[in-house]
Amino acid sequence: MAELTDKIVAMISFEELEEIIDVVKNLHGYDVSGYTRASLKRRVTRIMELNKLNLQELKSNLINQPGFSTYFLQEITVNVTEMFRDPEFYKAVKTDVFPYLATYPHIKLWSAGCSTGEEVYSLAILLEEANLYQRAFIYGTDINGKVLEKAKRGIYSLAKVKEYSENFIKTEPKNSLSEYYTAMYNAATINNSLKKNVLFSMHSLVSDGVFNEFQLITCRNVLIYFDTELQNKVLDLFYHSLCHLGFLCLGAKESLINYKDAAKFKIVNKKQNIYQKIG
Amino acid sequence: MARKILLLAGSAGGFSVILNILKSLERPILIPVIVIVHRNPKYASSIEDTLSKALVQKIKTADDKEAIEDGTIYFAPAGYHLLVEPDYSFSLDISEPVQYSRPSIDVTFESVAEIYKENCTAILFSGANQDGAQGLLMIKRYGGKTFVQDPATAEVPIMPEAAIQLDAQERILNIQEIKDYIKQLT
Repeated sequence: MAELTDKIVAMISFEELEEIIDVVKNLHGYDVSGYTRASLKRRVTRIMELNKLNLQELKSNLINQPGFSTYFLQEITVNVTEMFRDPEFYKAVKTDVFPYLATYPHIKLWSAGCSTGEEVYSLAILLEEANLYQRAFIYGTDINGKVLEKAKRGIYSLAKVKEYSENFIKTEPKNSLSEYYTAMYNAATINNSLKKNVLFSMHSLVSDGVFNEFQLITCRNVLIYFDTELQNKVLDLFYHSLCHLGFLCLGAKESLINYKDAAKFKIVNKKQNIYQKIG
Repeated sequence: MARKILLLAGSAGGFSVILNILKSLERPILIPVIVIVHRNPKYASSIEDTLSKALVQKIKTADDKEAIEDGTIYFAPAGYHLLVEPDYSFSLDISEPVQYSRPSIDVTFESVAEIYKENCTAILFSGANQDGAQGLLMIKRYGGKTFVQDPATAEVPIMPEAAIQLDAQERILNIQEIKDYIKQLT
């Protein structure tokens, strides 16, 4: 029953969640008011459990303890990712998108909400296999500086990477995934050659704007954490960040169905949620 | 009128029982239904498509930001947690598995508990882990109705037993009693 007691302490209502959203916004300028509430409530509850805080203590920490708000913001974002998640998606990028990208002398890609970088390196490997990497540049951005540090290092647990190999094989690659990393002890380090044309940087989809023009933007499993209004704002940002006929890739359960300007995009692959800017 | 909801959840041995109950219904369940069962996203089958032909009502995988409607049976998508928002719409979440499960029954139950309060009925079926027990307790605490399948009738009793250990259930029901309960919602 011990676990049960902890849960009672860490329980907050949706009303109390609004108070926390206000504190974070007014005191620190972080606007999470566009995040979906049920998921945000889970994340906040988790932070309370991890730090053994009740609502008052959480608020007091947010107000008085320097650095806590940064930690709080890092912890409320979901950072679960993997290499070649949804192999069918990567296969579709290869067959439906790469032939277009190959016509550009320089290819700029943006992985928005890249977390610890697995998706960025997956793209790098996919481009390398198609002989496109040398003229490509991938920007990986996230709101969370801590995960970006890990992304820059490009060191992952060997056990995990072996799991990713199974995903990779399903994309029908030329090489084995092990060609692209060096294994040492329990760690797999992504080859330096794959880091050469990659830049990781902080960027908030909520408050930051256009910073470059891209041929391809991927933002997978990020929009599900945003309400429809914020989703529209972020999709506008992507629209303005894409070149004409540029590609937008969303997650397996994300689409443009609630986007007011969906007509400005053409569906390239419905099942894999790959779109092309036409308007 | 208050919005109501019925939650049906299970794992090993629970899924087939839930399906059989749904198939046995002659009239549609009038309120929305959410079904949460553990299944591997790598083998995500089109159960919903197959089922929709066998059932007397609309059945579909819950979509992100979809408004919850009466008379529809929603399945939690494989590989995602399914949450309910205060505006009675769904949202999806791909954060860490809970009780080794994604979708996790606990996650959906806990999110529904505060929103539907006493207008929520949840039934936990056969299953091979403890997912669902905490969530069921949360629903009970918020005044919802909570039932568990009698472990003696469950193919794998671990899941209902975990709930009973927490005293999360209002009543323990056998399959016929569950069927009868659901029938009066049609």
